[in-house]
Amino acid sequence: MDLAELYRDVIVDHNRSPRNFGRLDRADREARGDNPLCGDQLVLQLQLDGDRVSDLRFEGHGCAISTASASLMSEAVKGRTLAEVRALFGDVHRMLTQQDEAPSPALGKLAALGGVRAYPARVKCASLCWHTLNAALAGEREPVTTE
Amino acid sequence: MATAAESLSPLDVGRVRADFPILARRVNGRPLAFLDSAASAQRPAAVIDAVTDYERRHHANVHRGVHTLSQEATALYEGARERVRRFINAASTREIIFVRGTTEAINLVAQSWGRPRLSAGDEIVITWLEHHANIVPWQLLCGQTGAVLRVVPIDRRGVVDEAAYRAMLGPRTKLVAFSHVSNALGTVLPAREMVAAARGRGIATLLDGAQAVPHQRVDVRDLGCDFYAFSGHKMYGPTGIGVLYAREAVLEAMPPWQGGGDMILAVSFDGTTYNALPWRFEAGTPNIAGAVGLGAAIDYIEGVGLARIARHEQELLDYATARLQELPGLELVGTAPDKASLVSFTVDGVHPHDLGTVLDAEGVAVRTGHHCAMPVMEVFGVPATTRASFALYNTRDEVDTLCAGVRHAIGMLR
Repeated sequence: MDLAELYRDVIVDHNRSPRNFGRLDRADREARGDNPLCGDQLVLQLQLDGDRVSDLRFEGHGCAISTASASLMSEAVKGRTLAEVRALFGDVHRMLTQQDEAPSPALGKLAALGGVRAYPARVKCASLCWHTLNAALAGEREPVTTE
Repeated sequence: MATAAESLSPLDVGRVRADFPILARRVNGRPLAFLDSAASAQRPAAVIDAVTDYERRHHANVHRGVHTLSQEATALYEGARERVRRFINAASTREIIFVRGTTEAINLVAQSWGRPRLSAGDEIVITWLEHHANIVPWQLLCGQTGAVLRVVPIDRRGVVDEAAYRAMLGPRTKLVAFSHVSNALGTVLPAREMVAAARGRGIATLLDGAQAVPHQRVDVRDLGCDFYAFSGHKMYGPTGIGVLYAREAVLEAMPPWQGGGDMILAVSFDGTTYNALPWRFEAGTPNIAGAVGLGAAIDYIEGVGLARIARHEQELLDYATARLQELPGLELVGTAPDKASLVSFTVDGVHPHDLGTVLDAEGVAVRTGHHCAMPVMEVFGVPATTRASFALYNTRDEVDTLCAGVRHAIGMLR
């Protein structure tokens, strides 16, 4: 096990200083993610401009993997169309769960989460924010969990 | 003159470790430092061998056949019951019911003792320290009967507010149920005094002893409780076997919990005659191998000596408490003066799950999360802690490895 593969510099940086952390003045969509066994919780807020995610913020607490994942996600989806977000969700999901596949080049900085797949117990940490994003876009009211 | 405890020879931890085959394992290239015995302890070869010998040479169903194997299996199963009786000083084996574990024991009491007796407005008193296994069965019972659950608060050290407890005991209180030792914080509760206060008012008492039995001498008659529940796997025995102790007079007045074979004397469609104690509460073929393993675990513990084990664990607790507090930003969660051998803590800037992963990479097994005690976490305002728990086979070196791992995590993540 190589911890440096899991806690890459990008992950540690985004955990220390999460981007887009906080709340929006006005949100078109909001969803909660809650992994009660871990104690990871987050609230995700979105502003939509047509079919584009024009702005988003997240707030909450969790481990380095879940915090960095939410921070990286917030940078990656801001300004994207809903179709692009869905495609990115698929790429992230494959990266986190499929051992032998090379990560999609479309992932950009999100590829830093690639080390997580060697730690099956931590995949739920990295994926919580993405499932919360899906729930926000679908307008679901119940909190999402990946446990 | 030296007291009995002082004159004890120290525990030979090297010899003890050689009794536990799993401790020879390496994890992620490092020697295993198993600091998660409060979740489930490892088994000595004596337990593994007793179970294997039973399976290979003696297995048959109990209490049934006239054939040799059935008689041997019955003798082994009932022999384990007698060992349990002696271990906790119960008056009779009729008071020893084998169950799957502490959780099942508490559910049995809730449904068989509680459900017919409780009605709307009656009160069940528990403490804020409880494991979910000593909360949820009572919530279910309250939902079924209209009874009310009342919770004794704890202070910032994790000590139960005894004055509040006494004040809570009233004419509607039917049962108090509390842990003998807290699994999340290690607090040892003043069980004898708390039981006496309830008994003085005619209130029934249940103790969750899952975390107590591996660490201290438990004498149910000295405690005076009506029910005492514990699990085999936290005391070096197998999983899937546990014990409900209940006073015979209390058991006699309880209807059966589950129906089936072994718990009856005669069945016809006009009616059924139930078996005598304790079998009335053991419907179906029991976990015979588990009981045999539990009996062997008791022999093992008594061979080493509970007083010797307690002293060894106390030394480890004191050492770990001192060493961990040297680490910057580490805060102990649970600082009761009377504690069993576990430390729960948070580290500034390092989430427990990240710490658990870093420690695992260094061969150190700890528990992270809410320890099935979410209300306790709520008191301390944390979603999760890291918990290291110590058993008779742990060493100071392992505490040092833990501390080095925490330092490493701080350096990497903070």
